[in-house]
Amino acid sequence: MNAELRQVKTAAEQGLADAFAAARGSLPGAAAVAALREAAFGRFVAKGLPHRRVEEWKYTDLRALMREAKPIAAPPGVPEKAQAKDAGGMLGSLEARRLIFVDGAFVAEMSDLTALEPGLTIGSMADALAAGEPLVLEQLSRPADDMALALNTAFMGDGAVIAVREGVALARPIHLVFLHAGKPAAIYPRSMVDVGRASRLALIESHESADGRDDQVNAAIDLVVADDAHVDYVKIGAESSKALHIASLTALIGANARFNAFVFTTGGAVTRNQFFIRCGGDNSTIRLGGVSLLKGRQHADTTVVLDHATVGCQSREVFKAVLDGASRGVFQGRIIVQPKAQKTDARMMSQALLMSEDAEADNKPELEIYADDVQCGHGATAGALDENLKFYLMARGLPERDAEALLIQAFIGEAVEGIEHAGLRDALMDEAVRWLGARV
Amino acid sequence: MPAVQETVEQVRRIDVDQYKYGFVTDVESDKAPKGLSEDTVRFISAKKEEPDWVLAWRLDAYKRWLTMREPTWARVDYPKIDYQDIYYYSAPKKGTGPKSLDEIDPAILETYKKLGIPLREQELLAGVVRPEGERRVAVDAVFDSVSVATTFQEELKKAGVIFMPISQALKEHPDLVKQYLGTVVPVTDNFFATLNSAVFTDGSFVYVPPGVRCPMELSTYFRINEKNTGQFERTLIIADKGSYVSYLEGCTAPMRDENQLHAAVVELVALEDAEIKYSTVQNWYPGDANGKGGIFNFVTKRGDCRGARSKISWTQVETGSAITWKYPSCILRGDDSRGEFYSIAISNGRQQVDSGTKMTHLGKNTTSRIISKGVAAGRSNNTYRGLVTAHRKASKARNFTQCDSLLIGDKAGAHTVPYIEAKNSSTVFEHEATTSKISEEMLFYCQQRGLSQEEAVALVVNGFVKDVLQQLPMEFAVEAQKLISISLEGSVG
Repeated sequence: MNAELRQVKTAAEQGLADAFAAARGSLPGAAAVAALREAAFGRFVAKGLPHRRVEEWKYTDLRALMREAKPIAAPPGVPEKAQAKDAGGMLGSLEARRLIFVDGAFVAEMSDLTALEPGLTIGSMADALAAGEPLVLEQLSRPADDMALALNTAFMGDGAVIAVREGVALARPIHLVFLHAGKPAAIYPRSMVDVGRASRLALIESHESADGRDDQVNAAIDLVVADDAHVDYVKIGAESSKALHIASLTALIGANARFNAFVFTTGGAVTRNQFFIRCGGDNSTIRLGGVSLLKGRQHADTTVVLDHATVGCQSREVFKAVLDGASRGVFQGRIIVQPKAQKTDARMMSQALLMSEDAEADNKPELEIYADDVQCGHGATAGALDENLKFYLMARGLPERDAEALLIQAFIGEAVEGIEHAGLRDALMDEAVRWLGARV
Repeated sequence: MPAVQETVEQVRRIDVDQYKYGFVTDVESDKAPKGLSEDTVRFISAKKEEPDWVLAWRLDAYKRWLTMREPTWARVDYPKIDYQDIYYYSAPKKGTGPKSLDEIDPAILETYKKLGIPLREQELLAGVVRPEGERRVAVDAVFDSVSVATTFQEELKKAGVIFMPISQALKEHPDLVKQYLGTVVPVTDNFFATLNSAVFTDGSFVYVPPGVRCPMELSTYFRINEKNTGQFERTLIIADKGSYVSYLEGCTAPMRDENQLHAAVVELVALEDAEIKYSTVQNWYPGDANGKGGIFNFVTKRGDCRGARSKISWTQVETGSAITWKYPSCILRGDDSRGEFYSIAISNGRQQVDSGTKMTHLGKNTTSRIISKGVAAGRSNNTYRGLVTAHRKASKARNFTQCDSLLIGDKAGAHTVPYIEAKNSSTVFEHEATTSKISEEMLFYCQQRGLSQEEAVALVVNGFVKDVLQQLPMEFAVEAQKLISISLEGSVG
């Protein structure tokens, strides 16, 4: 009830304030960018870190989970860059154009920038900010209420700026590989992806770091999908089990477009993936999915706000969480159907599998509907593996762990099969099998 | 296509402008001075001739209330309530409490007659020809701040059931009340419950002794009559080991331009093997078509399944009130206990409903079931908000939730905000929600079979709320059906 009361600053909040005061002069961008940063940080200062009394952050209390603020990452040197040689390996031999980011900074010399398809441009966010690119500034100046996004805007360092011109279908996926290699630090990547009319792009984003590192990552992507375009987005979170990782995807989807997003999480002590998706054109199709495989004391939060503002869009969401040890899976999904969004067909499903006594699943699927000629539904379940199914498999001679693994594969398979790219689908399933194999 | 006459009448009956309980009864009343202060609290306590501990309890609540703030998280929007502009106590003027029905102001009896509430038990008993098997209902009628009549007291006494106004129970059974009052909804539970604890005026008290199956339905009828009055009743129902009671609650108020506040607290306690069935038909004045006037219904209802194998079942039909803020909940503390929540919430005009339930699973093998049906028409907003939680030790907790919304017209809003928290691996929680308008296929199918469009719509809506209607006791089912049979003209074709 005292949500409006501003409490005493926590150590982390104070740390962020100090870091901003120290870094504001050296962060990339001219006066216009600096003003955006100041405004965003002002919004953060007014409200502080989100806590459980802030409805959108009810289950992920950053004030409690973030004890201190890490120093901002230093630009990577030669040894750090050297570690990135094999980064992105979890996708095996998947054919993709890899862009390498070490400690948040774009490493052009290690990235695959050869033979860019006509109509594709790739640049660095730090350069775009320094040059004050009008399109980038315009995108950034849309104020966001979300505190994580505000913090990213205040501190954003580098990232990718990708544009795909109208009518260009890229055969190869683009893979943004984020590796944290220097001293454990706070990293604020910001990327912008603009996909032109009737174009096609598959975008992969992966985050990895050596185990034991406690980085604080706050990543954001702004995505524009123009009319008739088709975009697949897959995000992989495989960082150290001590990392704090918050990621926000803001997407504006045009008419008759297709947008598929999938988030695969196995790493991080505290992970939060936020999707802010708005249908800006009629008759688009949106498919969101995710799988979290958690153990130990891991905490993973998937928060989706899907705003249907136009007529005839279809959306499907399938999220699965497998919770072992004392882990905690959170899903918050909000579907908004605006008064004009007639003929919307929205469905959302979130399921949690509790594998241990101490695991916890929190689900909050919301519907907010202002139009009458719509079909909307959501389902949520939480429970343990079906003992009968397990018994059946064990009776056929499978050891208990294998029987469980098989059932879990089937459970998450339902979500994974929503990924359109076959190679990616297989690679993620292999990752899941590896995770299951490591269970003891 | 022209509507059939019957439908037109039904629509008129439900239409907010046609609120048929909107009359005012002219009775002289005895009021506390306007506004809320420590003196008001003392005044109410003195009027009720309460023991000292009750006054101390009220004053404690008042002091805590001063430090609290009105909750703002619900999806409702209303002008700020001026808590100093309300009469906290209003009673029909008439010396001391009535000894028999004959002493009650005839005007009040007339009011209840108009409302269709039978207070004259002798008439009922000597009733002309009673249909076979019709059940009798004991009624406690609450008029503004006080209970004016409780019927069938004698017969209930024979069974050992205590059913009386809570003010009387505080005098006659102080130990019993003291043992349970505030144990389900603590004094500081929330802003409105705390306000109620400070200024509650009357309400019903029920105690069913061990092993007794209450011989008849118990019922309370609430009526707000006076202007600028708030109604703050407090109901406490205790079902001792192995007993059963079914309790009904109904409410109406006159049509007035200003908003009136209703902040009630209902506490249910079910001990081992006991069962309580609590049904509500809430039909407070909803305000006019432009949203002027109407009751603000801020109610805290909670049941505690304290004993093993106990069961509490809430059934509600919500058609009235300008604002509804109400979450009848169950605390499933006893092992193998069961909680149920069946709800129909219909909003029209500019009504705003934010209602739902909380099922807190604490004991082992506890089960709960939630069926919620929301129908939003006109420019109303209808929100289901519910929490299902299983604590670490609540092994084998099970919940099934279904909340469906039906939208009529494109100006209404239907929202679903469920919270599902599983903290135990043997939990099985299932939740489903849907929102849609009436299916064209279903209508087409019905019309194929020879039904008119109007009849087809009525049939589909009836089917939509059937799961809940079935849970209502007979007496209420009829009234509820009348309230619900809304024609959905204009929503199709």
